[in-house]
Amino acid sequence: MPSQAFWLIFLLPVISFVLIAVLVKPFTRRDSPVAGYITIMAITGSVILSIWTLAEVLGAPHHEIHVPDITWVVIGDFTIKMGIIMDSLTAVMLVVVTVVSLMVQIYSLGYMEHFVHHDGDTYTRYYAWMSLFTASMLGLIIADNLLMMFVFWEMVGLCSYLLIGYWFHKPSAANAAKKAFIVTRFGDFGFLAAILVLFANTGTFDTAQLSDMAAIGLLGGGALTWAAIGIFSGAMGKSAQFPLHVWLPDAMEGPTPVSALIHSATMVSAGVFLVARTFPIFAHSIEAVTLVAAIGAFTAIFAASMGLVMNDIKRVLAYSTISQLGYMMLALGAAGIVLNHEGHVTIEAAKAAVAIGIFHLFTHAFFKSLLFLGSGSVNHATGTFDMRLMGGLRKVMPWTYITFLIGSLSLAGIWPLAGFWSKDEILITALDGNKLLFVLAMITVFMTAFYMFRVIFMTFHGEYRGGESEEYSHPHESSKVMVLPLVFLAVLSVGVGWWNLGGNFAKFMGEHHPHGVNLFNVFTSSPWPIISLLLALAGIGLAYLMYGSKLISAEKIGARFKMFYNALINKYWFDELYENIIVKKVLLGGIFAGLQEIDANGVDGMVNSTASGVFGSGNIVRRLQTGQLQLYGLFIGLGAAVIAIVLFIVN
Amino acid sequence: MSIGLEHYLVLSAVLFAIGLYGALSKRNTIAILLCIEIMLNAVNIAMVAFSRYVASEMLTGHVFAIFIMAVAAAEAAVGLAIIIAIYRQRGTVDPTDIDSMKR
Repeated sequence: MPSQAFWLIFLLPVISFVLIAVLVKPFTRRDSPVAGYITIMAITGSVILSIWTLAEVLGAPHHEIHVPDITWVVIGDFTIKMGIIMDSLTAVMLVVVTVVSLMVQIYSLGYMEHFVHHDGDTYTRYYAWMSLFTASMLGLIIADNLLMMFVFWEMVGLCSYLLIGYWFHKPSAANAAKKAFIVTRFGDFGFLAAILVLFANTGTFDTAQLSDMAAIGLLGGGALTWAAIGIFSGAMGKSAQFPLHVWLPDAMEGPTPVSALIHSATMVSAGVFLVARTFPIFAHSIEAVTLVAAIGAFTAIFAASMGLVMNDIKRVLAYSTISQLGYMMLALGAAGIVLNHEGHVTIEAAKAAVAIGIFHLFTHAFFKSLLFLGSGSVNHATGTFDMRLMGGLRKVMPWTYITFLIGSLSLAGIWPLAGFWSKDEILITALDGNKLLFVLAMITVFMTAFYMFRVIFMTFHGEYRGGESEEYSHPHESSKVMVLPLVFLAVLSVGVGWWNLGGNFAKFMGEHHPHGVNLFNVFTSSPWPIISLLLALAGIGLAYLMYGSKLISAEKIGARFKMFYNALINKYWFDELYENIIVKKVLLGGIFAGLQEIDANGVDGMVNSTASGVFGSGNIVRRLQTGQLQLYGLFIGLGAAVIAIVLFIVN
Repeated sequence: MSIGLEHYLVLSAVLFAIGLYGALSKRNTIAILLCIEIMLNAVNIAMVAFSRYVASEMLTGHVFAIFIMAVAAAEAAVGLAIIIAIYRQRGTVDPTDIDSMKR
């Protein structure tokens, strides 16, 4: 496979973006879906090339293909190169991103049709940004140096801003877009700082070289720890980890397929991917990996708890995404802890250690995009996302129901679906890493199963409670173009977990398996998978009792634990904390007011005093300028005389 | 007593000093112009003297002296014209009163 083909994976969506922006938008009718066809064709090409790449990488020695670099910037004798790193991590991510993106693009044809015909939207703007979004994510994945990664990292952020604010005339969407952009920017600051720290210490941006330097100890100590923490802060922003999680639930304001893409293959997985890519650096700092694991585990349970009470189907899914991302971070961090316990940290070991987290990312991308697309299908039928206005859709939307059920079972971690395999590996890694984190993860399993089946029972079972308006009084199944991607993703959600049954995925990610990280045969030797399965079933059972058979009244429980319920439904008041206390009091009232004082008195004072000083001294000095020509002549004469005398004395 | 270079230079310096003093102290612009002419001619004397005693084979000094005379003539013409113009406008030739740049 020629190296240009690797570039083409990334360039095809870029070409599609340019084509749509330059040719399709000005020269087609407003409701022409040709932009969608172009995007789908381009991404289909990327999918084919990605799968081909995966096959090549699978067969390559050390699962790595060398791709020649392109010189990007030359400053004196310092060169920045654009290059592709084509290893197992890249190959897996390429397939995930392109496949999920393709499904989303196909689905969008059906989903956006309604808005194009009723609300005056166009396919062009939507598909142009979707293409660019996919391209940015692919660029981030293939980048072999941190600088290039940072460029695409920011482009992913930009595209998410554009797409979350797709309906920018809605104030809530515009605000959500701004929120997503600004909150992730806090994390990006850390990432940029980390890049600079690494460059200052090593003089290179190349991730492979940085890994080597970390392995032989050229890069280490405080610089490495702080760089790792900085990179992680970037990942926290993009992957919506506590305390930067607040933007993700609001990101629901965009069209649902956008949410599906953001929540599965792009944007949020960028954070996890970044940590995985730089994991050979992380692995050398026990502090950094412990932080990753702790933040991950806390985020997992924290977000899951909020998902328990939300009434908006997309919000439940959003909190579930945050929670699952927490799992991935926990997996990465815990694997790092295990590596450190064993002492010797090699690059191969570190690369292999990310297998568990990336495997969950891999499976999660399929079932989470499935769930989001399913919720979009439900929205099409009912015109709402509020689950209190749904119910009984099982009969009228059989395909959506079945696929959504498969996605939920997979997310809940029920055997033998994909989520089961990836989740239990994380649990076992957490157990080896830290007992407390393991307990948090176990509780989260129960919560996950509960809230997903709360969604199922509220949405698809019972009686239909919505239909106030004429248009939505008789919900119906969505069109074929929407159902087909659902079915395809459902098949993947069932199947992809089997890849790792014999540990093949782990072997693919890295050859090295220190004791404790090789967990892929735990299913026969450890009781924990069974216990977590029982916990998940218990969660489903409780959801059935509360929302299916209604034996236990949800209202009564809510009333009894009023304080707890209020905390959850208000999202622990984090929005209020950020908005009222941090933004208004600390930033506007404190820091910005202080800066304003410094600006008004310090900076302006300096400028003003310079001006008045010049003015005052000018006032004094101008007396010398009498305007008397003869006086000037006298000074010239005296000056010349003085010079003459001085020269005379010196000589 | 033979006349040497020093004598010419002393004469030149004395004339120059007289001219300078006059140019700085006179209260009549025409007098100032005359004093400037004296200074220029003091320079001429020095030029010719140097030319004669230091580099007698070259005529540089003489040539410069002639140039200065020509320039001085032009200067006198322009200067007197300016003075007449100022007198017509302001009714004075006192240089201390000619300070409109200042005010």
